[in-house]
Amino acid sequence: MKNIKHYLILSFVVISMMTSCIDDLNVQPNDPFITTSANVYTTTESYKAGLAKLYATFILTGQIGPAAPGGDITSPDVGGVDEGFSSFIRSLWYMQTLTTDEAVWSYPNDANGTISNLHFNSWLPTDGIPTALYARVANVAVLCNEYIRATEGKKEDVEIKRFRAEARFLRALSYYWGMDLFKNLPFVTEADNVGAYFPPMKKRAELYTYIETELLAIKPELGAPRFEYGRADKGVCAMLLAKLYMNADVYIGQKKYTEAITQLNEVIGGGYTLSPKYANLFLADNNRNNTEIIFAQSSDGARSQSYSMTWIMIYGNSGAGGWGGLRTTSALFRKFDGVGSTNAPATSPSEVNKARDLFLKEDKGQSLEIDAINQSKQGYGVWKFRNVNSDGTTPASASTGFNDTDYPMFRLADAYLMYAEAVLRGGAGGNRATALGYINAIRTRSGDLAASKAPGAITDSQLSLDFILDERARELYWEGYRRQDLIRFGKFTGDAYLWPWKGGIKNGTTIEAKRAFFPIPGADIASNPNLVQHDEYK
Amino acid sequence: MTKNFTVKMKSIAVLLLLLGVFMAQAQTRTVSGKVTSADDGSGIPGVNIVEKGTSNGAATDADGNYKINVGAEAILVFSFIGYATQEFTVGERTSIDVSLKTDVTALDEVVVIGYGEVKKKDATGAVVDLSSRDFNKGVLTSPQDLLLGKFAGVAITSTSGAPGAENKIRIRGGASLNASNDPLIVIDGFPIDNTNQSGVPNPLASINPNDIESFTVLKDASATAIYGSRASNGVIIVTTKKGASGKLKFAYNGVASVSTAMNYVDVMNAAEYRDYVTGLSKLPGSTISSDALKKLGTSDTDWQKEIYRSAISTDHNVSASGAIKNVPIRVSYGYTDQQGILRNTGVKRNSLNLNVAPTLLNGDLKLNISAKGNLINNNFGETGAVGNAVEFDPTQPVFDQSQGDKYGGYFTWLTKDPTNGVNGTVNPVAQVNQTNNQSDANRIIANIQADYRLPFFKDIRLVVNAGLDRQKSEGFNRVPLNSAIAQNQGTLVGRNNSYDAIFQSQLLDVYGNYVKQFGMHKVDFTAGYGWQYFSREGQNTNENAALKNPSIRFANRNYLVSFFGRLNYTLNGKYLVTASLRQDGSSRFGDQNKWGLFPAVALAWRVKEESFLADVEAVSSLKLRAGYGVTGQQDIPGQYFPYLAVYQASNNLAQYQLGDTFYTTLRPNAYDPNIKWESTTTYNLGLDFGFFKERLTGSVEVYQKRTEDLLNRVSIPNGVNFSNFLTTNIGSMEINGIEVTLSGDVVKTKDFNWNVGANFAAYNSNITKLTLSNDPNFLGVVAGNTVGVNAWIQRHQVGFPAYSFFAYQQVYNQNGQPIEGLYVDRSGQGGVPSGNEKNKHYYRRPVPDYLIGINTRLNYKQLDFSLSGRLSIGNYVFNNVHSGAAFSNNANRLNIFRNMLSAVNETNFVNQQTFSDYYIENASFFKMDNMSLGYTLNKLTKTENMNLRLSLTVQNAFFVTRYKGLDPEVDGGIDGNIYPRSRTFLFGVNLTF
Repeated sequence: MKNIKHYLILSFVVISMMTSCIDDLNVQPNDPFITTSANVYTTTESYKAGLAKLYATFILTGQIGPAAPGGDITSPDVGGVDEGFSSFIRSLWYMQTLTTDEAVWSYPNDANGTISNLHFNSWLPTDGIPTALYARVANVAVLCNEYIRATEGKKEDVEIKRFRAEARFLRALSYYWGMDLFKNLPFVTEADNVGAYFPPMKKRAELYTYIETELLAIKPELGAPRFEYGRADKGVCAMLLAKLYMNADVYIGQKKYTEAITQLNEVIGGGYTLSPKYANLFLADNNRNNTEIIFAQSSDGARSQSYSMTWIMIYGNSGAGGWGGLRTTSALFRKFDGVGSTNAPATSPSEVNKARDLFLKEDKGQSLEIDAINQSKQGYGVWKFRNVNSDGTTPASASTGFNDTDYPMFRLADAYLMYAEAVLRGGAGGNRATALGYINAIRTRSGDLAASKAPGAITDSQLSLDFILDERARELYWEGYRRQDLIRFGKFTGDAYLWPWKGGIKNGTTIEAKRAFFPIPGADIASNPNLVQHDEYK
Repeated sequence: MTKNFTVKMKSIAVLLLLLGVFMAQAQTRTVSGKVTSADDGSGIPGVNIVEKGTSNGAATDADGNYKINVGAEAILVFSFIGYATQEFTVGERTSIDVSLKTDVTALDEVVVIGYGEVKKKDATGAVVDLSSRDFNKGVLTSPQDLLLGKFAGVAITSTSGAPGAENKIRIRGGASLNASNDPLIVIDGFPIDNTNQSGVPNPLASINPNDIESFTVLKDASATAIYGSRASNGVIIVTTKKGASGKLKFAYNGVASVSTAMNYVDVMNAAEYRDYVTGLSKLPGSTISSDALKKLGTSDTDWQKEIYRSAISTDHNVSASGAIKNVPIRVSYGYTDQQGILRNTGVKRNSLNLNVAPTLLNGDLKLNISAKGNLINNNFGETGAVGNAVEFDPTQPVFDQSQGDKYGGYFTWLTKDPTNGVNGTVNPVAQVNQTNNQSDANRIIANIQADYRLPFFKDIRLVVNAGLDRQKSEGFNRVPLNSAIAQNQGTLVGRNNSYDAIFQSQLLDVYGNYVKQFGMHKVDFTAGYGWQYFSREGQNTNENAALKNPSIRFANRNYLVSFFGRLNYTLNGKYLVTASLRQDGSSRFGDQNKWGLFPAVALAWRVKEESFLADVEAVSSLKLRAGYGVTGQQDIPGQYFPYLAVYQASNNLAQYQLGDTFYTTLRPNAYDPNIKWESTTTYNLGLDFGFFKERLTGSVEVYQKRTEDLLNRVSIPNGVNFSNFLTTNIGSMEINGIEVTLSGDVVKTKDFNWNVGANFAAYNSNITKLTLSNDPNFLGVVAGNTVGVNAWIQRHQVGFPAYSFFAYQQVYNQNGQPIEGLYVDRSGQGGVPSGNEKNKHYYRRPVPDYLIGINTRLNYKQLDFSLSGRLSIGNYVFNNVHSGAAFSNNANRLNIFRNMLSAVNETNFVNQQTFSDYYIENASFFKMDNMSLGYTLNKLTKTENMNLRLSLTVQNAFFVTRYKGLDPEVDGGIDGNIYPRSRTFLFGVNLTF
């Protein structure tokens, strides 16, 4: 009996100990960087911090800048690819630019051939860069979806209501770029929670309709143009709608130039003015005193670091002391000197169009023609993006090795050029005289240097679609639009226009029609049976 | 200490107090006496004395004295581990002195297993052990090396030759893909956390090898399942030395050693290189202009010789062990100063080990208090110099005063425009000399074990084991402002990084053990409960002249709670059954998946005990074993809450600017609410045998391990989670293997003994499932380290071993030379084969087909000699040293010259061919890991029992291989300029008195 009592006491002590121990299994995170989703959104500031992430996904690549140390798998936004190598705008830029006459890159570590396959227009479903961008397009959408769900209960709050509209805009922007490049995408909205399922595939036409509907619906909820730098406002939304309509003939086979002009009129009426100096648009302080940039992805050498496209264009170029071999083909340069372009209206064909001529030439050890892509001294360098301020000073953060220079995605000069093009393509709501005025406004502004000379005005008779395509190259080179432009003008695939190394041949060769879009990456097809490869790439 | 832990400690105190209340009841007759050792006559403490057929018992005190009350016609049974059990009929005697003989037959040796120990002859699982006598000699800082080549199926690979570098242990190949493949390491009953701490390269390095008594390796699930949650990759139990009875004995161990580089990467000397690049410059289309050639220097520097040295190390250990006031005690102190062969690297360690094992309450309560403390100073130096020394231009001098002190006086490559500063490869000598990269780590592992035999029910013992493992590290990595090592896009910025961390683990195990013999039935039952808490926190601060970042703090914690039970049943001493069951709870999983149940059962048949073998003299022992068990895995490195929806804030460099404000961003992390235990099912068949009075012993093991629900980081459909990769339970893997161990006493005489041991292991692992869909076009998941930016050479794929190489199939010319850039169009899709990953094929794997360990020991009178070596067959290595540098375009990039590897002559490649299977080389090897010669002088003086042993040891004596790189033994299979392993000569003195 005595023993039984002892056993009971013992058992009691042991059981009570164990109970408290089992509770330990419900421990919560104590890392200062980690908050459970239930506690994350408390103040308007925290909602804005969540919104800032949605903007950041286009240029930054994770929660640790500039890239997570090796072995950290939670920080990078997407996996399976080198983090810094594959930021959204860097991949986007590669696919829109390296595929054209605007840029080549002797990337010494192009081990998987993903860069050279872009140059040679010979990409495959297994290539790394398209695979990474395909993942990022969906990742932006998923993060926006979560934000929209998380703010559901606060949509009566005036500011948070606008945040939600911005999240919807950024999701539409991501889908827009995905649709432009890949045609078809896995599609999820805020109705699709995190889980184990296979998202349906939406085709280009369905995506077009979705993006258009979504942008038209949210525009009234967005802020007035330029209310805060870096934010998606009504002007930004109108600009994206304009781009959607401009390319509608490519996307859905319907001409929407009138709709484009409506949106462009709204953009142009948004209070933007051309930057007095062209070169200032691409300098370290392009976020300050800016009047022309409509929408940009921001960078800061001290606080917002990434191996993004601006960083590559600043430190990876050829000819300016950079480490890399990013440069351009003679086809682009010829559009400036009048030799290679029948419609370059320089005052005289031999006079170089100096205001926008930011090339690094023979005096920097570069040659014009490219005999081998991997020779970084062949091909002119481009010194358009720089990490110096407009007053010539170097930003304090430059010694970090990262730039302050922002990446301008939308700017007024582009809207002017689109307006002129839409008018020439028969869109209603605009007129040729205004178009000519816009073109000449761009052409008559000065460069950054005292010696640089504006190219000068053109006459109405010189204003043609071919002229606009070349003028877009002169104005917007290295800003990530060339592939889209060439496709819209029917000069990307086929042999209507050849440039050096098109199709992998030095003098250029014809490429197949299917190169106007990219294959669905094989990695995603492998994990999602709803995705179907384009017939052309099967 | 956490509040929780304090509460628990109080509970234990209460428990122990309660136990103390129980006192034995009076009996009729008192017998007393002394139990001594037949060897030296000293008293043996803790001997169990049981009145046969009752639960009445006692134990000897520290001097070996005992007293017990017995009934009439009692028979007393005296038993103690390591000694032969004896029985005495008491009769009329009141005093019985007993002299116990050591149990000489190896079969009666005990091995430590989880929560207890078992006689070797009764072991039912794949359990092997090694005592200090058989350790590899001369190991200073990496205790794993003591085991190198000793066990079948236990592969140990050091990650580099740096002092104290991490050693990867893989038992039977590792059952996981993305979860940890490290075995569980249990030090004196304390399972330690495998998480690596910055500044602490190796989780075992804090143990002084001199303090280790034995290792036991539990290989199959029937043995390991008692450790359930952490046992899928085997368990290594480390037992440290304890005090013994008798008077104090003192020992001194001293080692002095010299280490040198075994060989260097074969590169050009200055004259060869000058000729080589001059030749290149004359080729058509060369990017090396005649102007550029003027940059070549006039020196002849062998950069590899400049950064390495003959490293001198010393090691001193003193220990005292014996009994003080009848309490067995052992104290030891060690000081190690080990230099690395790379200049400015090394380890200094002070270690203090204390063990006290008092026996109280008439021997019913045995306490074991153990504390291991270490202070370790690591000098990591700059191992990046290893690769740069291979590639640095040999025509340049080490020093160049022309820039004054701007670059510390070291020769430095400058870009064309001097204002743009430094570029290219940095001077390796500047790297090793200008880097100050050190850490101080201290660790204490302390535990107290109370083993209490219930006085009123002697068959039952209660054991409480409570412990604390705390390690603290503080380190920094500094580079002065006048160093070209630390630069941002050409601007010198210096470096001032620092970090500190505290890792802690707390342990509480409570279990009971019941042993009873009923006639021919013997039952040994253990049941208990375990609790372990892990916390890791610290901070990193990265600063330089450009940026003073705030400290980044990190913190995480996790818990494991377990209930376990094990039954050993023996019928007639012949048929043995072990059954165990463990239920584990892990804080890493959500409510519905927290608990995992891990059963195991094993059968053994001691065939030799059967009558038909009794007369077969040649067979001295024979045992058949069969085991089945399920073990679990929850250790996903770096992920402590993979089931929980959390947001991660961005650090100060990943903020985003909106307007004029920088925002710390918030992002939801990918998570799997349904993530659960990975489980491995193991089947093991074993045969243990001994012939000719155990002169030849051995075992054969055949096993299969099947892992289901792999904790696997895989790509998931875009759009369904907050990333395109997720750690979730997908896939399965199968390992089939065989192991053979043999040990033979070739000669066994009074003066001359010669023992030869060999072990053989082969296994084949295959991934059997990897993704949700079974897309035939799926090319596998990239794995392992990169071999260039965004370039992986290894993948996981169904039907292949983990980390298989995946590369283009090289085409060769008639002379057998690889043709640059030409690969087999395996896909048949045409185009440039190297632009299409479908042309890659799975080709070879890094793990060997066969791993054979060979060791031998010779004793002749006072002379002893031992060898230990390993033969590895069929292991392949991707030679990233050659693939990354042995091509002619690497000789000059952006007008910076780089030395050329002689290997370029084998391929004459102009450009890098990253994915050629040419670089996947057969790296089979034989390594003579350890050779040692010793001479013992007994009874140096007449008064004292003083012995002296002198020894000479060579570590890494030599190796044989056809691999073209520096060293065929490469952890992970990608050879990328690791800190080379050195050859070490050690002289040792061992004095005992």
